[in-house]
Amino acid sequence: MVDHILEVADLTLRYGGQTALNGISFAVPRFEIFSIIGPAQSGKSSLLRILNRTIDFNPEARVTGSVLLDGEQVLTTPHVHDLRRKVGMVAPLPVGLPLSIYDNVAFAPRLAGVHNKSDLDGLVESCLRQAALWDEVKDRLSQLGTRLSGGQQQRLTIARALSHSPDLLCLDEFSIAIDPVTTMRIEEVLRELKTKITIILVTNLIQQARRLSDRTLFLWNGSIIEQGTTEAMFSEHPANSLTYDYIRGAFG
Amino acid sequence: MKPLRRNLFDRLPELLIEGVIRLCGISAILLVFGIFFFVFREAYGLLPSGDFHLSHFLFDTHWNPASQSGPAYGTLALLAGTASVTILSMAIAIPFGLGSAIYLSEFCAPYRRETLKVVIEILAAIPSVVWGFIGLMVMNPLIIAVTGAPIGLNILNGGLLLALMSIPIIASLGEDALKAVPDSFREAGLALGASRWQLVYRVLLPAARPGLLAAVLLGLGRAVGETMAVLMATGHSVRVPSSVLDSVRTLTATIAAELGEASVGSHHYQLLFLVGIYLLAITSIFNLAADYLVRGRRRSSR
Repeated sequence: MVDHILEVADLTLRYGGQTALNGISFAVPRFEIFSIIGPAQSGKSSLLRILNRTIDFNPEARVTGSVLLDGEQVLTTPHVHDLRRKVGMVAPLPVGLPLSIYDNVAFAPRLAGVHNKSDLDGLVESCLRQAALWDEVKDRLSQLGTRLSGGQQQRLTIARALSHSPDLLCLDEFSIAIDPVTTMRIEEVLRELKTKITIILVTNLIQQARRLSDRTLFLWNGSIIEQGTTEAMFSEHPANSLTYDYIRGAFG
Repeated sequence: MKPLRRNLFDRLPELLIEGVIRLCGISAILLVFGIFFFVFREAYGLLPSGDFHLSHFLFDTHWNPASQSGPAYGTLALLAGTASVTILSMAIAIPFGLGSAIYLSEFCAPYRRETLKVVIEILAAIPSVVWGFIGLMVMNPLIIAVTGAPIGLNILNGGLLLALMSIPIIASLGEDALKAVPDSFREAGLALGASRWQLVYRVLLPAARPGLLAAVLLGLGRAVGETMAVLMATGHSVRVPSSVLDSVRTLTATIAAELGEASVGSHHYQLLFLVGIYLLAITSIFNLAADYLVRGRRRSSR
């Protein structure tokens, strides 16, 4: 029996009259990297926004179905802030909050009530180390986070997403604003993190999904075309010919 | 092939627009210096004359420039009047103004926001004479009835009026400053588990600080420079106040009340212009200090 951290069943999302996700179902096994691929407008980012309930801020959005995170119903949980601490989120473009590097990482722990200086120091250091940023910033932690380079800022947002020790880390096309070398470093980081947390990776880079993930889901126009082990999806004979065409760049 | 350098005729409209825009920019600087220059020119004649001492002007509390026997021209009591009314009004207007800015920008339903913004703009457009009238006819009896003070035209009355006049400015500019904070900051903060209020004071207020400071300063500028309402509502009595129920007179009200009676070129007339320079200097120092604060903060975080 596979231990699933996330179980999505018959999930439908509508913006006004427009259907963004059309009754999708999938499950993510614990301690794996699960990637979601698909062309623009296929509903990938909306899906992530449902997972941490930031979809709530769009008054047009209507969500039905079931999303179980560790057995808890995400869509109706009254403990939204606790839910968001369980789900780390990294946006496509790095968003450094207008605070120092230290305060960026200490933000979520402080919200959760950690105020002890030495606890915070240790937490900040370990998160920055896990995001492979510590050596570059350890001497200037009081500098504004927004002054780092794009790649450094993206690693800062990863450190920040790890700071509330999430069970699930979601990355939404984390590499579109950074150079290939930094991308490879972050991919290295993700492989190491996999031993401790589950990672959902939304990406447009098909080869990135192939390199990193254990399982892949192909989303197209709000519907799942195919899902399975990355090996099977990227083989010469995936179950659906659309998958074959998309992966080989025939469209999308 | 087209030549890379276009000829003068092609570029003429662009040069023209560039020139006009440059002129607009420079005119702002010229106007400020022009105002300083002309006000100073009117007051200048007083300075070399033997009976003017700067220390007397700044630190004496007796103001009686029209007296034939012994004219006194100390502005300390007037400054105390301006300061007391301004401080009271800011103590009320800053929390209420910023509070409504935060409410409008972060907590308010969209349809209600539109209504509220229109109402706030109407509030900002009420002429100060009308405020003065309200102070005279509504607040005056109210303050007498509530506090038992012998007269309701005092610091409390003027401070409340100025607060009501500054709140719409602080609220609407503050809301603009908060709205200018990118939504990605809000999403990032909320995704980290912040509640709406935690988001406001941990992320949005720091991010919008320069804009909010500018909003408060413009509100303060309005309070310091306001004339008509305080002239009508503060009781017009020259003295250093000891409680908020004392009547005072402000620097601005003094100029407005006395300039019409002073003959052009007289010492009294020149003195009133000197008071004008004094006011200009005070507001300039406020603005420069705030500018320095905003910049200093940016530099230190670099």
